[in-house]
Amino acid sequence: MKVLPVGEDALLVEVSSGDEAQALHAELLRRRAEGTLSVREIVPAARTVLLDGLDAPARLAAELTAAELPAAPPRARDVVEIPVRYDGPDLAEVAAHWGVPVREVARIHGDTEFRVAFCGFAPGFGYLTGLPPRYDVPRRATPRTAVPAGSVALAGPYTGVYPRSSPGGWQLIGTTDAVLWDHARVPAALLSPGTPVRFVPEAGS
Amino acid sequence: MTDRALAVVRAGALTTVQDAGRPGHAHLGVPRSGALDRPAAGLANRLVGDPPETAVLETTLDGCAVRPRSTVTVAVTGAPCRVTVDGRPVAWGAPVRVPAGALLDVGPAVSGVRAYVGVSGGIAVEPVLGSRSTDLLSGLGPPPLADGTVLPLGRPAGVQARVDVAPQPAPPAELVLRVTLGPRDGWFTPEAVRAFVSRPYRVSSASNRIGLRTEGPALERARPGELPSEGMVLGAVQVPPDGRPVVFLADHPTTGGYPVIAVVHAADLPAAAQAVPDTPVRFVTVRRR
Repeated sequence: MKVLPVGEDALLVEVSSGDEAQALHAELLRRRAEGTLSVREIVPAARTVLLDGLDAPARLAAELTAAELPAAPPRARDVVEIPVRYDGPDLAEVAAHWGVPVREVARIHGDTEFRVAFCGFAPGFGYLTGLPPRYDVPRRATPRTAVPAGSVALAGPYTGVYPRSSPGGWQLIGTTDAVLWDHARVPAALLSPGTPVRFVPEAGS
Repeated sequence: MTDRALAVVRAGALTTVQDAGRPGHAHLGVPRSGALDRPAAGLANRLVGDPPETAVLETTLDGCAVRPRSTVTVAVTGAPCRVTVDGRPVAWGAPVRVPAGALLDVGPAVSGVRAYVGVSGGIAVEPVLGSRSTDLLSGLGPPPLADGTVLPLGRPAGVQARVDVAPQPAPPAELVLRVTLGPRDGWFTPEAVRAFVSRPYRVSSASNRIGLRTEGPALERARPGELPSEGMVLGAVQVPPDGRPVVFLADHPTTGGYPVIAVVHAADLPAAAQAVPDTPVRFVTVRRR
């Protein structure tokens, strides 16, 4: 675990894998819940967790550097199921990258246990991990100026669902009617860091 | 009609509703948002007798004009500008009574970028995640003002400030931003880091509420490859592939994939919000406390 100071009152804690970042994130949430960590934001990402708004960043940095990273606690969280029509415009391209027939993309994707590694890009957009590394795909060379809301997409090691129409360079493999973000709902975000997710192929896709 | 509301007559180039923003939701991809020049927004509120974090209007360069439907007290702070009520000049930076139906015109900034219009009772649009701020990156909060928009107003707290004119900092002729290096200064060559803290930059006209973009020496990376996405703080100086530093302001993305060479001290960000395009910028390192 490497602790990097960020500005005056933040720390970036770097670990060596996405799994370790999730374990660290869980541990920091636990400390905040029990009242031993005072912090405004805890932002997990690919291989880091950012702690922003700390009272005594130097003291915490020393403590974290000396600490052992605990194993990820088993988290009893309900799996969020997202129904998908595998009808995306990049389905054939993804199948070609994977070296499988087109209809296999839905089966492989639908059989995968995903987890929200982190959020970003837009409110409610989760970076989901779970696909084996051989299924990594590159971003599109030219991003689309408008990706429709509800698009299910792949890029690098991640799967994501666009909460609203926005520009984007991910490979589109399907569509969902699930509402990823609704600020009138509690919680507003369907997905938050750590949420387990399954994509359920709709009949006919 | 005696309802407490504000009709927008001239929205201006970009006028938004801003308060203290919505911190605490970065892990969901929600930017903090909020007034870019917080001290100016807080002062406008104090002058009209509202708590400092009440929602105000934030204008950009060319002001705005509004017509209150009931008599209100207003105060314009931030970028200095000509203020009129029904065409008659009134004080800038001081509480002003605007009768019901009169036209309050906040003129173009004489210097600086963003003026703040505090209105007694505050702008009372529906809050989203505890904030009324417009977030231009993710589209949360009310959309930017348009001609004809009618904004609801809250009930005034009824405490009037007893000042005639409040002193305010002048918009910067040169923007000096104190930074602490890191967390990714190691991704740049030593020459690039030296250039960053010694060579002059200028404010780019592509700056907005998301970031203060700069023009100047391109900063060369010491290592190739992609940085895995990581959390971003307010004031982070991110360096995209073109090598020109971008200082993240209130509507910045919560995670990003370009290395952050340094972080600007929070106390220097209000001045950054008031720096017009072409203003010289110097990044100055200070020792971590």
